[in-house]
Amino acid sequence: MAPLTDPAWYFDALTALGLVALAWRLLACPDLFRAIVLFIAFGLLMALAWVRLEAPDVALAEAAIGAGVTGALLMAALARLPAAAGEDEADDAPEDEVPDHDRRARGPLPPPGGDGGPT
Amino acid sequence: MTVLRWLLYPLLLVLGGGLGYVVLTLPQEATGLRDLAAGHLDASGVANPVTAVLLNFRGYDTLLEMAVLFVALLGLWSLGDSRPPRDPAPGPVLDTLTRLLAPVLLLVAAYLLWVGAHAPGGAFQAGSILGAAGVLMLLAGFSPPQALLGWPLRLTVAAGLLAFLAGGLLTLVAGARLLEYPAALAGGLIFFIEAAATAAIGVTLAALFLGGARPTGKDR
Amino acid sequence: MIATQLLYGLLGVALFALGVRGTLADGPFLRRVVAWNVAGAGLFLIFVAGAYGGAAGADPVPHALVLTGIVVAVSATALALALARRLKEAARDE
Repeated sequence: MAPLTDPAWYFDALTALGLVALAWRLLACPDLFRAIVLFIAFGLLMALAWVRLEAPDVALAEAAIGAGVTGALLMAALARLPAAAGEDEADDAPEDEVPDHDRRARGPLPPPGGDGGPT
Repeated sequence: MTVLRWLLYPLLLVLGGGLGYVVLTLPQEATGLRDLAAGHLDASGVANPVTAVLLNFRGYDTLLEMAVLFVALLGLWSLGDSRPPRDPAPGPVLDTLTRLLAPVLLLVAAYLLWVGAHAPGGAFQAGSILGAAGVLMLLAGFSPPQALLGWPLRLTVAAGLLAFLAGGLLTLVAGARLLEYPAALAGGLIFFIEAAATAAIGVTLAALFLGGARPTGKDR
Repeated sequence: MIATQLLYGLLGVALFALGVRGTLADGPFLRRVVAWNVAGAGLFLIFVAGAYGGAAGADPVPHALVLTGIVVAVSATALALALARRLKEAARDE
């Protein structure tokens, strides 16, 4: 059993706490853009967890796919379908005009709240 | 939906409780297949156990995985056209960053492909880096030459599956079982398949990001 | 060493439960896709935690399977998002 004096144990505990907190927040926050940003942070922290579990191969793939490509896919989907993003909001605007507006509206960084990264 | 809402928490309790029980009762010093994989590493043609498992010991899984990726892209292409998901004019920061990063990412992908034979790395990691580079270039407004969008694109997307099938057929013709490489040739065969799979994964990921029907679908 | 395995295994269970809850609960489609990705990450974590071997080294087979799983997950996500867009367009055309 790992003694509590082992610094690696605290690192693991902090990573686990950070992952749970990120997952909780990204599933709870009402703004989808912020949820996706939190998911990208979640992917990066997952890469750290893979390294701790001695799986550097998985960490490399997770950093590029889990954080990078999936995040870009979700962002593109959010920009392309504001209507599909929220099922209950009846958004009947033609798609040709909406996405660019929407992109621009959500384009810049999320509002500087302190809850981006719990670690 | 209301039924689901009532059932959600009991379902979660059963799923979470069951999984938690499994994790708590995991055998403490399990070796799993570690010793088996390590014992046959010499015959696999590569020195990295994960690459050996992916491309040699369980090559069948990876063959089907390439097929899944291919079918996912076909499904996306069959859904019809869509507009490219990028700003008409990227800012100077994104433009410069892409110009600086894209060649580096290409180099990193090639290095990971090469190093996968004896250290962490390989086709999947190199392919994902390549895909990320492609997504970055698409975001910065880079559009590939039209000449590459026909057969070259289709062939690249299918390259991983085709190379795997060619390797499997070769082993069958040579009298061995499917994907049972001869130890002397295994290293070369694995590198050939990995190179094709890297290109296929990278281009498929970029194409998945772009979406839309193939004729207007641009790629790197 | 075993504490690490247990910690990450239980973390995987927690993430899986959170993800399944987010997937089945009401909400925008995009959030449910993200939630399903979180649940998948939890399952991968359980799998790799089971392969953790401490000083003796890890079992490479689950690593390889998780590696393919990550790539399959991203392609499934892309297809799900495209299907959602198509559904929305079809609903609007009617």
